[in-house]
Amino acid sequence: MENPDVQKAKAAPDLARKSAMALLAQATRIELEERWDAWPAKPSIEELRRPETGLVMLRGRIGGGGAPFNLGEATVTRATVRLGTGMVGHAYALGRDREKVRLAAVFDALWQTPEARDAVEASVLRPIARRLDEDQSRRTSEAAATKVDFFTMVRGDD
Amino acid sequence: MYVAVKGGEKAINNAHRLLADRRRGDRSVPAIRLDQIAQQLALGVDRVMAEGSLFDTELAALAIKQARGDMIEAIFLLRAYRTTLPRFGYSNPLETAKMLIERRISATFKDLPGGQLLGATFDYTHRLLDPELAADEPVPAGERRDEPARQSTPRVTDILGHDGMIEPDSSMPEEQEIGDLTREPLAFPLERDLRLQALARGDEGFLLGLAYSTQRGYARSHPFAGEIRIGEVDVELEVAELDFPLTLGRIQVTECQMVNQFKGSSKQPPQFTRGYGLVFGQSERKAMSMALCDRALRARELGEDITAAAQDEEFVISHSDNVQSTGFVEHLKLPHYVDFQAELDLVRMMRAEQGLERTTANQASEAAE
Repeated sequence: MENPDVQKAKAAPDLARKSAMALLAQATRIELEERWDAWPAKPSIEELRRPETGLVMLRGRIGGGGAPFNLGEATVTRATVRLGTGMVGHAYALGRDREKVRLAAVFDALWQTPEARDAVEASVLRPIARRLDEDQSRRTSEAAATKVDFFTMVRGDD
Repeated sequence: MYVAVKGGEKAINNAHRLLADRRRGDRSVPAIRLDQIAQQLALGVDRVMAEGSLFDTELAALAIKQARGDMIEAIFLLRAYRTTLPRFGYSNPLETAKMLIERRISATFKDLPGGQLLGATFDYTHRLLDPELAADEPVPAGERRDEPARQSTPRVTDILGHDGMIEPDSSMPEEQEIGDLTREPLAFPLERDLRLQALARGDEGFLLGLAYSTQRGYARSHPFAGEIRIGEVDVELEVAELDFPLTLGRIQVTECQMVNQFKGSSKQPPQFTRGYGLVFGQSERKAMSMALCDRALRARELGEDITAAAQDEEFVISHSDNVQSTGFVEHLKLPHYVDFQAELDLVRMMRAEQGLERTTANQASEAAE
């Protein structure tokens, strides 16, 4: 099964950047560091907004689908960079990993650079999507194995 | 007269150094790592995140380690940490209908769409201690069964909702501001949004006891566990820089829909009403307790008689926060020498008025001074 983020990117091009950023947000720092270390001809990077950690208040809905309410906060880290080419990249991700988010912003800027997009998709986004897919399908199938198959006992006549 | 007293600085420093020593314990035992706490004491981490009202597994694991496993102390540490960070904004509401489901059960419908998935549960275990766990024996991975992935799973309450047998999801006027108790002090009476925020961070034990009281007849509410689901949901945030909502990642939550019999009122026909629980992480005891308390606290809205503690909003919400509760209870440990001296004099005076002997009073006075 393919990651829904990738499916969306194919279905509607205007959702492509949203999907790319969603994958970058769910990357591990190691994944992004490895891709960045191997990236040829690295552009210069200016930090327009240094990686910064803060809080986002997460909301739920009353009854699941009703009016919103404030559930509790989560740590979130964000960064904005500008490449030597002038392209600006943003990143926001759960957690407090500043270096991961800085690299995610760099790859967001590279993804918006027409000549770099294919390379970002092939070497950065697709491996992340594959890992997330595998993780999701493992958990789905493990949960499926605990599904209750009800059967009815037939009582005897006597 | 208020007398300031100084001293004890060296004792305090040495006490904290001793705390660090005792926390580490026997140095021949390896120190516990945060990833071990996050992985192997995951439900404890979830509780600290839920009641600390901050989703961050690594910080919660650190808090548990620092607090030597004292959960309320760990929750306190997390609450204190959050005050050091800026607020970036409010997320879009989590879409629990699109949850990646790891467990989902209903006690009301056997054959619900999507089925009953037991997941990783303590239910149906025999609660016998397992001596094998004391050793680090290899553990096989979970069994797998291929199943087409579902983009969304309807809730049990949606199924009953079609024919008006159950009340719909609550709505509020669009323009109404969503209450946030971290920004504004609570002013009673509360709207349901603020109550749910308070319950979501409320003490599991306190809410469990109140929930139990409703089952025992104090605010009887005839509950059924309509549905409990556990799994991951996307977190989305609207930011000024971009014109689409950003996905920040996924978090695990537990959701509980309690379904309660309702005999109707002048405004509403007899139907099933609902209580709602939503909690960070995997914590169905807390989610169920929250849902039962949510329903009991709707007494005023539904025109029910308020006869029990669990229906008394000010009582429940004012005492559900364990950081507040522990702060006030534990402050009794701090020096109250002067207050007590005053009370001692008062009692001494009252006894003198009754013509009692002063010898015992003098002895107590010497001890206090």
